[in-house]
Amino acid sequence: MTAISCRELCKTFRQGEELITGLDRVSLDIDSGSFVSLSGPSGSGKTTLLNAMGGLDTPDSGQVTVGGTRIDGLDRGERADMRLHNIGFVFQAYNLVPVLSAQENVEFVMQVQGVAAAERQRRAREVLDDVGLAGMEGRLPGELSGGQQQRVAVARAIAARPKLVLADEPTANLDSHSAAQLMGLFVELNEQRGVTFVMSTHDTRVMAYARRLISMRDGRIVEDRAQEPRPMNL
Amino acid sequence: MNISARLAWRNLWRHSRRTWLTVGAMVFCNALLVFLIAVQLDSYRMMIDNTLGAFTGHLQVQRAGYHEDQRMQQTVPAVAALADKVRRQPGVSAAAGRAMAYALASSEQRSFGILVTGVQPDAEPSVSTYPGLVSAGRYLDGSEAAEIVIGAVLARNLKLGLGDELTFLGSGRDGGIAAGVATVVGIVDSGIAEVDRGVAQIPLGYFQQTFFMGDSGHSVVARVDELDHTDAVVASLRRQLAADSELVVLDWDTLQPGLREAIQTDMISAWFMYAVLIVLVALSVLNTQLMSVLERTREFGVMLALGMRPGRLGRLVMLETLLMATLGLALGALVGAAVVYYFSVFGFSYPGMAEAAAKFNLPPRLYPQVSALAVFWGPVTVFAGALLASLYPALKLLRMEPVAAMRAV
Ligand SMILES: Nc1ncnc2c1ncn2[C@@H]1O[C@H](COP(=O)(O)OP(=O)(O)OP(=O)(O)O)[C@@H](O)[C@H]1O
Ligand SMILES: [Mg+2]
Repeated sequence: MTAISCRELCKTFRQGEELITGLDRVSLDIDSGSFVSLSGPSGSGKTTLLNAMGGLDTPDSGQVTVGGTRIDGLDRGERADMRLHNIGFVFQAYNLVPVLSAQENVEFVMQVQGVAAAERQRRAREVLDDVGLAGMEGRLPGELSGGQQQRVAVARAIAARPKLVLADEPTANLDSHSAAQLMGLFVELNEQRGVTFVMSTHDTRVMAYARRLISMRDGRIVEDRAQEPRPMNL
Repeated sequence: MNISARLAWRNLWRHSRRTWLTVGAMVFCNALLVFLIAVQLDSYRMMIDNTLGAFTGHLQVQRAGYHEDQRMQQTVPAVAALADKVRRQPGVSAAAGRAMAYALASSEQRSFGILVTGVQPDAEPSVSTYPGLVSAGRYLDGSEAAEIVIGAVLARNLKLGLGDELTFLGSGRDGGIAAGVATVVGIVDSGIAEVDRGVAQIPLGYFQQTFFMGDSGHSVVARVDELDHTDAVVASLRRQLAADSELVVLDWDTLQPGLREAIQTDMISAWFMYAVLIVLVALSVLNTQLMSVLERTREFGVMLALGMRPGRLGRLVMLETLLMATLGLALGALVGAAVVYYFSVFGFSYPGMAEAAAKFNLPPRLYPQVSALAVFWGPVTVFAGALLASLYPALKLLRMEPVAAMRAV
């Protein structure tokens, strides 16, 4: 089954007089259950592609299908619902809600979904424990280090048990040990629950875990190959 | 707790000083409005009381058509008995029968046209302030006595003093000539030129003899316990008197049509002032909420990205305003009510008010009352204004794009 399908995606940004290419006719299919890394130099379009696949931004032209549903034509509200129920996001800047504690940030998506309080609290604690933040549930984002905030953001993305996780540089700001721990968690979710992961990264350690490597440059896919995952021993 | 409620509450206290400033503006405005409206309502009450207390009363029973034509023949039969009946009516605090005629008043040298009113000397003081304005001599007593109380200007014009005789000449009920000679027993100085120049009172019994009225008169004037109960009392009197189709019960609004209009005109101008206050508060809410939406662009972007619907985000901003406005309403109404309560006990006056009031026979102090109307009218309007003001920042959120918002700094 295809989790995400992109056809001829184009996106141009205007910065003053200048037109900047974000995506240049990108076509791509990602199977359910895959573990994909998107790499490429800064400005190559990784974030733009992830945003288009997640329905965060609409491409200028082209089609995006997520879980069999065309999303490029949906209105704001419909796209919000689609994201809420199908996708877990980890953003490049971890973007926690500052007035909510770590635990409440993780609960946020489930709360918007309407998951009962007891259930979502249990799940949030469990996931925070998985990312190594047991005991920090009550802290506000401002009281956590960058790496800890990053892990809260990851916990928030996976706590609602989406079938698809789009992660923009999930290991930036993490030390090697935490990065390996996080990738271990992703692999586990991927292998045991069949969650599809698409991650952008500059981090070769992350790429090593992926089973498919996509490289981008100037808004285009320049390489797309399968590989045997070879997690590094850290 | 609901996620929106939790977020709204925490966001408010994230900038507690700003929130308190906004709430403070609402509290101040609300308390001020409560006070101003209470004083305003009390000054209307006083204005109505004084105007109606002077002569008209809260209601009158008359022969149908008398109010319009004022002809001698349009009489109320057995007027004293009817006054007794009206007085026994629940809600009525006082009632008195009257008869009225235009007459030519003469002394040895001159003549002037005046309005002669026949009154019940024992009942009249409880329905009008006129008897209390006697500045020389005394008010009438005995119902049959050939006595008269006249205004100070009339006394001067006729060159009459206490104990002098005044001759009056008019036409009786049957159209024949009616004439009387009465002794001046009192002189009234009301400060109102028309009254002091053209009004005189004589006992009802004497009036009835002189003008061939039998036991009839022209009206029964009554006062009610509470101004607000006038309509109810009028309605029940109408039912009581329904058998006599000749009689009508008129309320003060009909008897004194200018009064309500004067009050309404004053209200409109007062509301202009209040509207300015309310708009200022609404603008301060608008400013606060716009600022707080702007500085949270990024996190709103995140919430949208995670799948919160834009409408829900808009409601979050409205909810924040609702919380502030509720706080402003509660505290403002409380402070305002406390201030009004203080003045309801100790009275309120401003410099010069007592002097001005004394001239017009008005009480020197206002005693504004704590009423639901005074306490909630202003604050509820401010509340609505604040919510209205937050509509704009809320609607702005509906057009927010998550990616653009998250890129904002
Ligand atoms: N909203 C925008 N307005 C203007 N230019 C934009 C916007 N979003 C992206 N771009 C530009 O589009 C190009 C692709 O950006 P994108 O963020 O997708 O790159 P990236 O591969 O994620 O880079 P990085 O590794 O630095 O995160 C860049 O040149 C970027 O400056
Ligand atoms: Mg990027």
